[in-house]
Amino acid sequence: MGLRRGHRARPGEWIIEKLIQAVGLSTIGLMVLILVFVGREALPVLMGRINTALVQPILPSKEIDSIPRDDLRSYLELSRSQFEGMDREMLMAMMEAREEGFRDIPESFRADPDSTVNTADWRQLLLPRQWTGYTRPEFVWQPVGTIHKYNLVPLLVGSLKVTLVGLLFAVPLSLGAALYVSQLAPVRVREWVKPTIELLAGIPSVVLGVFCLLVLSGLLQSLFGYQFRLNALVAGIGLGLTAVPLIFTIAEDSFTGVPRGYVQASLALGASPWQAAWQVVLPSAMPGVVAAMILGFGRCLGETMVVLMASGNASMLSWSLFDSTRSMTATIAAEMAEAVSGGGHYRMLFLLGTLLFAISFVTHLIGGRIVRRLRRRLGGVA
Amino acid sequence: METPTSRSIPAEDALDSESPSRTSPPAIETKDLCLSYDEAPALRDVSLSVPERQVTALIGPSGCGKSTLLRCFNRMNDLIPGVRVTGQCRVGGQDILGDGVDVIGLRKQVGMVFQRSNPFPMSIRANMAYGLKLQGLRNRVEQDRIVEESLRAAALWDEVKDRLDRNALELSGGQQQRLCIARAIAIRPRILLMDEPASALDPITTMRIEELILELRRDYTIVIVTHNMQQAARISDRTAFLYLGEVVEFDRTSRIFTHPRDQRTEDYVTGRFG
Repeated sequence: MGLRRGHRARPGEWIIEKLIQAVGLSTIGLMVLILVFVGREALPVLMGRINTALVQPILPSKEIDSIPRDDLRSYLELSRSQFEGMDREMLMAMMEAREEGFRDIPESFRADPDSTVNTADWRQLLLPRQWTGYTRPEFVWQPVGTIHKYNLVPLLVGSLKVTLVGLLFAVPLSLGAALYVSQLAPVRVREWVKPTIELLAGIPSVVLGVFCLLVLSGLLQSLFGYQFRLNALVAGIGLGLTAVPLIFTIAEDSFTGVPRGYVQASLALGASPWQAAWQVVLPSAMPGVVAAMILGFGRCLGETMVVLMASGNASMLSWSLFDSTRSMTATIAAEMAEAVSGGGHYRMLFLLGTLLFAISFVTHLIGGRIVRRLRRRLGGVA
Repeated sequence: METPTSRSIPAEDALDSESPSRTSPPAIETKDLCLSYDEAPALRDVSLSVPERQVTALIGPSGCGKSTLLRCFNRMNDLIPGVRVTGQCRVGGQDILGDGVDVIGLRKQVGMVFQRSNPFPMSIRANMAYGLKLQGLRNRVEQDRIVEESLRAAALWDEVKDRLDRNALELSGGQQQRLCIARAIAIRPRILLMDEPASALDPITTMRIEELILELRRDYTIVIVTHNMQQAARISDRTAFLYLGEVVEFDRTSRIFTHPRDQRTEDYVTGRFG
């Protein structure tokens, strides 16, 4: 009761509180909207409602009156309201157009067994297939040409490959730098190292991409002597560079947040500053470190420009770091502009987006659980 | 300001004849020790010698430099940027102030217990074994033996023997502080520095810590900073009264509290200021 009176006495604070609340909730709302938008476009693929086969079965237009109305509607790919708004003439015209389109497909294509394959079927998305002209079953993403092939595996592997390289590069580097800056560096060194690393975050990824493309790729090639100049290694290191400031900042904060008492106790027991940092500060800050790594993973997985520029963009399935690679993000960026809105390719790109979201979501979920468990093991501190 | 009449009195002069450390050399000895933080002096010409296997209390009002002095003895002041130390400070006869001093080795000889208990967020066992591992003792059996011995010495063994693998932060405040004492003595230092070890604890827990200090007195040289004068009177053999960075008086505790020579000491111990 007293609280309520207090509220009324401070209308300004009440308004501000509600405003902040609204801003916070709108962020969540925005996230949900994005998810709905992306997911909606990918939904037909997920539900198996889409057929991207080059040659589709044909219902003769002469028999229009004997076809059940529901079958006719799905044959013409019309929504219920669209279908209701059409008269017999229009439906007839659409059926004839379908027949005409079928006749336009050259005989040679029609003879190809691939032409009747629904390339948006989950088997074609995830399993290898021996397409005409191939010598063995393969995972192929090739959304152009006569038969559009949408196998997701090369892109998934590509994304995970460059992300892993990025993390392997960025995590030790940024954790080491953070530990050094927060625990070992003299104040004067700390004062310029910290802002310099954090400045890296301000470099546009396209600039980093150019750097990888023009400088790093040649450097690494002359170092390792591999065949393809642009590959997963170059892209991964580029990604790592974008993730370093993020991981560094969060890790440095959590190292600095470790109570000074731990360090003092450790030093008083005869530890060197390095031992105190490594054996006491690092384990005590583990929840923050894991959180930093999860965010770094998300950053690497989601980064587009660097991979687009530095990976070589060959959508082939390979675990080798020295092969050109294409990531999911780069695929969306490169192909969205040329995909027909509402078509199979378009929906496939949205499916990639949904997949990216799902991977990020699951990672955060697992990561959050690990962080909570670590915190509990540390006895509720940090 | 009145000139201090008895700023530094060699400890031996005032020793009782029955005291066991009459002949042994002082555990810690300082001479004209001065310390300043960024040019602001915190200690001025401190000269005192801490006798072995006794409890020496440092008392004085807040900001008088008693903690700073304590932290000189294991070079913990090194952590604070802008500290300048001059004069002499000897531990076990060795000068410890030079640049070439093995600070890590020094800290293995001079353990420290802090005002706020600071167990690591690890298991009780890991806390206890930490210092041993730093010394290169990897043998688990030997580790366990020393852990038990030290926990017994800190009167904590019976309370924690069944949960050595539980997190140390689950212990109560007093248990945590005793764990810190046990952890400090596990590496067998010769000297134990205590910086207001009971100031954050309730009276009953404080009493247990004080009993523990009296127990440890047999094996260790203890220097304790306290702002609780009753505590100094109860547990210490010798007391140094510091004021504005100077040792005003250093004498047997009974003497400091009954017949102080300096007016300021008397004023402080009788509670007229501080």
